[in-house]
Amino acid sequence: MNAIEAHGLRKVFGEIVAVDNISFAVEKGEIFGFLGPNGAGKTTTINMLTTLLKPTAGSARVWGYDIVDEPERVREVIGLAPQELTVDDELTGYENMMLHAALYHVPKEEARVRVKEILEFLELERFANKKVESYSGGMKKRLEIGCALIHEPKVLFLDEPTLGLDVQTRAAIWNYIRSLVREKGVTIFMTTHYMDEADNLCNRVAIIDYGRVKAIDTPSRLKSTIGGDLIELEVSEINGLTSEKLRTLPGVIDVVLDGERALVKVVRGEEVLPSVISILIRDGVSVRRVEMKKPSLEEVFLSLTGRKLRDENGAREEIARRSIAIRRARS
Amino acid sequence: MIGRASEIGAIASREVKKWYRSPILLFMTTIQPLLWMSLYGKAFNLTGLFRIPEDILKQLPPESTARFAAIANEILSRFFGASDIDFFSYIAVGMMGVILLFTSMSSGMSVAWDRRLGILNKLLVAPISRSSIILGKVISAIIRGVTQSLLVMLIGLALGMRLRVSGPVEFLIAVLSLALLGASLSSLIISVTIRLKSWEHHIAVSNLLNLPLMFTSSALYPVALMPEWLRTIAAINPLTHGIEVLREVLLLGTPFNSQTMLWHLSILIIFTSAATFLGIYLANVALRKM
Ligand SMILES: Nc1ncnc2c1ncn2[C@@H]1O[C@H](COP(=O)(O)OP(=O)(O)O)[C@@H](O)[C@H]1O
Ligand SMILES: [Mg+2]
Repeated sequence: MNAIEAHGLRKVFGEIVAVDNISFAVEKGEIFGFLGPNGAGKTTTINMLTTLLKPTAGSARVWGYDIVDEPERVREVIGLAPQELTVDDELTGYENMMLHAALYHVPKEEARVRVKEILEFLELERFANKKVESYSGGMKKRLEIGCALIHEPKVLFLDEPTLGLDVQTRAAIWNYIRSLVREKGVTIFMTTHYMDEADNLCNRVAIIDYGRVKAIDTPSRLKSTIGGDLIELEVSEINGLTSEKLRTLPGVIDVVLDGERALVKVVRGEEVLPSVISILIRDGVSVRRVEMKKPSLEEVFLSLTGRKLRDENGAREEIARRSIAIRRARS
Repeated sequence: MIGRASEIGAIASREVKKWYRSPILLFMTTIQPLLWMSLYGKAFNLTGLFRIPEDILKQLPPESTARFAAIANEILSRFFGASDIDFFSYIAVGMMGVILLFTSMSSGMSVAWDRRLGILNKLLVAPISRSSIILGKVISAIIRGVTQSLLVMLIGLALGMRLRVSGPVEFLIAVLSLALLGASLSSLIISVTIRLKSWEHHIAVSNLLNLPLMFTSSALYPVALMPEWLRTIAAINPLTHGIEVLREVLLLGTPFNSQTMLWHLSILIIFTSAATFLGIYLANVALRKM
């Protein structure tokens, strides 16, 4: 049994097709990511899988339970850390966790033990009795994730877990997520519009745009569809014979000469680079500089959709969203 | 069953904690009824109109003042229930009921806040009954409202409010009717606002409901003084019945077996049951359809 299985999921809001015929499966114990720009339909998909929204068409099972016919069973086995921060500013971290424990019918004694353990795991125990309004953005997000863990869910849904956080905080949250999977065996379904996040964190990624899945695979295989890495060399003159030798090297796709610059497109850069250099040296070409560029999911997204992942629109939407968060934090 | 109780308790206690930790909120919601009481109750001294000023009293022959006093007392008893009632106490008890309206309103609003902030979604993904969410809000409205109402009563007493209570049972009936007011009004308001998605609509609706519900009840003047059409509205306004029970047991010293008092109490109980069921029903439908 897969942790999640979706078949032809679709959600229409009036005129807008937010999610358009999406199918995928998430294996147990994996970190599965939805990567796409703002408005792609990521949150809508999560809302359907977590029983908050009824699909217009299609079906899905989470941990074997049908999201439409058995929503109560689904709710028992899932945790959700939504895109917006929902932890209560006016309560302490401890109280927020205990509130969730009560909502999930965790007995008080048991809850106290688990809350302590989770707060320690998220390195929040020092702040347990402080009001959440004094927490930083990253701490609030960690607490949000902590609240979703209190009932030991099988599948954890994380909607944009590092939205609006700084680089270090994001890296720290990635580590927490990884160790959750490692230590507790939780299956994770997450969404993001950060390509580095999908690349670093997810075992498999679904690229989603305008409600449609464009591709599903591991980040490295997605990137290899782009046609490999690019080796950029700064050299003295290369003659035709040498470039022909490079071209016939196994793993090399293409060689472009541009005066003192040579661009070599290859399949697995790490393995081909030494041979490229040794051919050049043997032929008496001096190499001044080497740079290897790996394709990122950014390029994958571009080639699949013809658009950049973070276009103007997306950026504007995010700013608007953040200002809402700020206003909320003030009120 | 225990599970249900703990869900409801968790949701209610969240609201209650936020309330008692926010002294400003507590202050603001208490000061408003106090202002009404002081301004309206002390300034528009309606019952005072029927007292004969000292200087006039001296000039009149005793038998005519006695006759006038008898008429004035008759009028006062007919409108206010007793001849020796002072208007401040009369309004203060009315305000004790009105506080339940105000706190119920803010409980109804908290559903909209929760929706806006995504907290409602967190409640909805939890394996809890949908009606627990509503009952949690209703119970928090009762706890907040009854506490604040009794607080205002204490302040009122300090400001010269006079109570006449027959005994502890009658006092408990007063507390019960406050609780019933909280349950009925908050259920009613949640029923009206549960489908509204925007915060602005919520404010509009609460402004639309707040003052009319207060003015069409007997909070500020006796039903007997109202025109016929207003009397009809007052009679279906739960606030009227709650406040009438309060006046009977707190101001007039009516015993618990009084017909009039039990009549108002029964209507309030019927109204509360209906409103609560309606609230739960509408909430179940609305929250499931999202
Ligand atoms: N409740 C709703 N009513 C109408 N349109 C909605 C609603 N929720 C989302 N949408 C629309 O559906 C599309 C997908 O939104 P969403 O799932 O939030 O995207 P993402 O999470 O990928 O940014 C957007 O165009 C959004 O405006
Ligand atoms: Mg989203």
